[in-house]
Amino acid sequence: MAAADFTAPSIAYGALMPVLIPAGAAIVGVLVDAFAPSTIRWRAQVVVALAGLAGALVACGILAGEHHVTADTAISVDGPALFLQGTIAVLGIASVLLVADRSPGMDGGAFVASAATTPGSADERASIRSGRIQTEVFPLMMFAVTGMMLFPASNDLLLLFVALEVLSLPLYLLCGLARRRRLLSQEAAVKYFLLGAFASAFFLYGLALLYGYAGTVSLGGIHDAAVSGQHNDTLLFLGLALLAVGLLFKVGAAPFHSWIPDVYQGAPTPITAFMASATKVAGFGALLRVFYVSFGGLGWEWRPVAWGIAIMTMIVGSIFAITQTDVKRMLAYSSIAHAGFILIGIIALNKSGLSGSMFYLLTYGITTVGAFGVLTLVRDPDGEATHLSRWAGLGRRSPLVAGVFALFLLALAGIPLTSGFTGKFAVFSAGVSGGATPLVIVGVITSAMAAFFYVRVIVLMFFADPLEDGPVVVIPGGATSSAIAISVAVTVVLGVFPQPLLNLANHAVPFYH
Amino acid sequence: MIPILILSIFSGGFAIFSIVAGSLSGPKRFNRAKLESYECGIEPAPQAFRGHRLPVKYYLTAMLFIVFDIEIVFLYPWAVAFNKLGMFGLVEMILFIATVFVVYAYVWRRGGLEWD
Amino acid sequence: MTSTTTAAVQYAHATGVFKLTFLLILLPAIGAAVLLLGGKRTNAWGHLLGCAMPIGSFVIAVIEFFALIGRDGGENRQLDQHLFSWVPVAGFHVDANVLLDPLSICFVLLITGVGSLIHIYSIGYMEHDPDRRRFFGQLNLFVAAMLLLVLADNYLVLYVGWEGVGLASYLLIGFWHHKPSAAVAAKKAFLVNRVGDLGLSFAVMLMFTTFGTVAFDGVFNGASSGHARTGTMTAIGLLLLLGACGKSAQAPLQSWLLDAMEGPTPVSALIHAATMVTAGVYLVARSGAIYDVAPHARLLVEIVGGVTLVMGAIIGCAYDDIKKVLAASTMSQIGYMMLAVGFGPGAYAIGILHLLTHGFFKANMFLGAGSVMHGNNDEVNMRRYGGLRHVMPVTFMTFAFGYLAIIGMIPFSGFFSKDKIIEVALDHGGASGWIFGIVAIAGAGMTAFYMTRLMLMTFFGNKRWPRDVHPHESPKVMLVPMAILAAGSLVLGYLLILGGSLQHFLTPSVGPSLEVGAHTISPVVLSIITLAVVAGGVGAAWWIIGRKPVAAEQAPNVRPYAHATRRSLTGDAVNEAVFMRPGQYLTRALVYFDNRGVDGIVNGFAAGVGGTSARIRRVQTGFVRSYALSMLGGALAIGTTVVLLRVGS
Repeated sequence: MAAADFTAPSIAYGALMPVLIPAGAAIVGVLVDAFAPSTIRWRAQVVVALAGLAGALVACGILAGEHHVTADTAISVDGPALFLQGTIAVLGIASVLLVADRSPGMDGGAFVASAATTPGSADERASIRSGRIQTEVFPLMMFAVTGMMLFPASNDLLLLFVALEVLSLPLYLLCGLARRRRLLSQEAAVKYFLLGAFASAFFLYGLALLYGYAGTVSLGGIHDAAVSGQHNDTLLFLGLALLAVGLLFKVGAAPFHSWIPDVYQGAPTPITAFMASATKVAGFGALLRVFYVSFGGLGWEWRPVAWGIAIMTMIVGSIFAITQTDVKRMLAYSSIAHAGFILIGIIALNKSGLSGSMFYLLTYGITTVGAFGVLTLVRDPDGEATHLSRWAGLGRRSPLVAGVFALFLLALAGIPLTSGFTGKFAVFSAGVSGGATPLVIVGVITSAMAAFFYVRVIVLMFFADPLEDGPVVVIPGGATSSAIAISVAVTVVLGVFPQPLLNLANHAVPFYH
Repeated sequence: MIPILILSIFSGGFAIFSIVAGSLSGPKRFNRAKLESYECGIEPAPQAFRGHRLPVKYYLTAMLFIVFDIEIVFLYPWAVAFNKLGMFGLVEMILFIATVFVVYAYVWRRGGLEWD
Repeated sequence: MTSTTTAAVQYAHATGVFKLTFLLILLPAIGAAVLLLGGKRTNAWGHLLGCAMPIGSFVIAVIEFFALIGRDGGENRQLDQHLFSWVPVAGFHVDANVLLDPLSICFVLLITGVGSLIHIYSIGYMEHDPDRRRFFGQLNLFVAAMLLLVLADNYLVLYVGWEGVGLASYLLIGFWHHKPSAAVAAKKAFLVNRVGDLGLSFAVMLMFTTFGTVAFDGVFNGASSGHARTGTMTAIGLLLLLGACGKSAQAPLQSWLLDAMEGPTPVSALIHAATMVTAGVYLVARSGAIYDVAPHARLLVEIVGGVTLVMGAIIGCAYDDIKKVLAASTMSQIGYMMLAVGFGPGAYAIGILHLLTHGFFKANMFLGAGSVMHGNNDEVNMRRYGGLRHVMPVTFMTFAFGYLAIIGMIPFSGFFSKDKIIEVALDHGGASGWIFGIVAIAGAGMTAFYMTRLMLMTFFGNKRWPRDVHPHESPKVMLVPMAILAAGSLVLGYLLILGGSLQHFLTPSVGPSLEVGAHTISPVVLSIITLAVVAGGVGAAWWIIGRKPVAAEQAPNVRPYAHATRRSLTGDAVNEAVFMRPGQYLTRALVYFDNRGVDGIVNGFAAGVGGTSARIRRVQTGFVRSYALSMLGGALAIGTTVVLLRVGS
């Protein structure tokens, strides 16, 4: 590009506030870490992070109903983007609350003081004894949120890639910060990083092929080129396939799901909650935009593949979850199954598919954060008691915690009068009207199978005999309590009165580019 | 389609050729420096722990270098197009440098610049 | 026999007293919420609140019932009340509405009436249980869900109630979850019901794709308009039947009901005898318009009813556990109802009639059985009873009323309802009419046999209770509900059949009853034949059991057929083979494949290439490699498929 025809893009800063506010909070967080005295550092970080997320949420509210395409068509702030950004902000708030809990029962929080020390070494014991804790968790989370906010609003592939990396890199680090079971945690971080880099490579190669095809990286431009059909289609479809691999990896669709159980298990539980909810929302946001904007007009060529992936994802998630003996791993496989259900909404390619997917993402995310929040409360002397057998008879010793967990499981199973049912209903009915009836049938069958393993945990909690040396259920601090309370309230309210939010999702469609 | 195929054959062939040719033609005389992880003259200090890992400090130096290197990479094209970009470019670049400066402040405060 | 419900279904808007319909559901729901969430604070008065809520609903139901009778017939008696929009997804709209019509008010009266009596009875029965408050909370939850089921005006809301009663049933069967057998029974009931629920959910989806709605009026009008293909309608009918089989314990999904007797006896009386298990009959009767255009599905309903009728009766002959005999008899009696509603227009009302009378006399007998157990240290084995009529006279008298009603003795309620079913079966015409008629008469004989056996072993003969047991009569709070139900067992049948009152009343919901010109066998002769068969059954029971003292232990070496009967006609084995084993094998195979297949190939590959064990020493490294390989494989597969599809099209 010659310098002569170069013009400065105009940027609508107001419309970018949902992205810029968390970014600002992240930078302020870094400064707090640098200059604030260690006594107030943790509290200051919590305040900055929550303020940033609340600010982003307010900005989404103010912008609601508007749509701007800015930064020379690189960013599109429209209904779906704002809806998903608001969702990410809410999920971020709940996750930050989980991270922030350092009440006595929590054993000093879920995070290690120094992530780089060798597990089992004298250095590590010294760092644990010092009682320090890594306050960088908060700026890292806020950087990740920045990337997530940008992800569903990205209207060209290069920016999409930048957003992908901005959200991924902090997550790789966060995975390795668990205070307990250091080896598992470090392994999770390395695995996530390696496979994430691998997936990014696919994404970049797909991007290159699509640029070769359309001569542009903007989603709208690719759409126009595809509709005109004047170029060599092979490049288009190969590019689409490779691009999809990178995005499907992020949302955990089969066969790109294999990292999810290991990483979710190894990461500190509040971070797992954050990844399982907010990352998934952002990833699906991008996937929705790419498919609805760029490839919506292509018709049936890519559908069989998408169908195959959706079916495989639902089946893999539901069946492998049955055999899990670790609660965290079980929830990880359940998140894979849910990814499959949401894919139905993408394949539907109609307005109700888009709004249904967005509604599903919100309900699923909230419930998931709550479920992982409960997980942090049930503890053995050496950390969280995640093995399923340790949960036996919990219902009789701590009926409230077990009851709340049972509610989340029922919502994940999609039992009526919980938000999960409404979400599944929205996505499935969109699938039927979008001509994907067989897919919906597979969805219904696999959700029936999935209900089995959710109910199995409930049965175990309420009908098995309590263990003699069973885990302790700690009294959560205010932060965790409020995160779980928010989840419970949203799960129930959206199950009984989903209408206002469904209306909001319906009004948020379509995409602008 | 055909150019891509030819390109991938060439690139794959070159990679294989380099490895094979190197291992066949080169003399194999190992010394201590050759077995270091980074054969660039700097002793990783302190020594790697039980042969497993290199200390983080070494990477820190590399990372700091990359941060400022990247800054220059961005500054140079901006300087070239400065006249076209005008006020917009100036504001953006100030924001960018300020952000990098935050990183610098963080590293400085947390002891990243304190050499042994 | 052609469809008689050709007039378009249309529901009037609820006004006046009918605007209270939602309170019917809300009251017990509030009760459940207060009792289950209120914790120990509500222990002192929880049972009183628990009783007050269904009684309140019952009062409203009675008022609405008389108001309903006061309106003219036809659509004026079908009143729809809009509560709120539930699912307003674009292109799909479901309202949370309640529909009050003759069919639903019948159920509402049965549920709240019998339900209230059983709540009162439970005050005495559960007096010494530390968890009495939780019991009442869950019982209220059940009542609320059951009312939601019968008051729904579309299949989706019905489905919510359907799942709700399943949940309540699951909780209550496992109420004494410290007993492993109760926990297992609860799980079994839940799982078997899931199979049925799957059928119902598929039916609802199929309705939506066929008619674009799940509301009763829309679906029924669509079905009777004849636009939908017969195959589709048959599929819907069969799927609904699968749901009905699960909930109503009909063959082949019957096995859970016997185990469900692990729950407290009031639960068995309310849920597993009078109300919830009849939900399947309700579903078929309510969906009459669908079955009208699906004759094949209807035939299968009849077959299921006939088979279960006989099966339940045979199982009932073998058990020594008093509650299990009653449970088997419930299966058998619901078989009668299924048979009746399977005969279609004109016979729906007969099925409902038997359902109502059965609700009374079976609840009566279950409460009686509970009373017997209460006086005998919770013993359920009839071989440890004997001669109880002297020590428990009131229980004996009330139980005897239920007994006479179920065997169909004139003038008890069962006579009127069962006789009608046999009559309709024979009038059905053709070979099937004769087969079902004879099956129904034979079933009546077997019912007489096993119920007489139960009576003889429990209340007559030699005293066989252990020395440390001192049978005694139950407190008044238990006896009064039993007496009321006994009175119902006596008069209800006559009242409902008087001048065809129930049939006329139900006409707006299920179509007019059938006027038959000439009966296959004249009703009077048929009644005499049936009574003779019943007398034969009673006599046979006396001949085999009544003449000599009953052994206190079961004879061990019995003939094969008796063995099979004691194993519930191998119902468990069948369920295990069909539903449980394949699932287990699939799961195991997948785990094996994951461990040995994918990882094995990858590890083996790495080992072969690397040649050293050091490389795979740490399993973790191997995993990353295998993950990356699976990703690469997936990417290649996707890319290849996309390109191939492109080339192919």
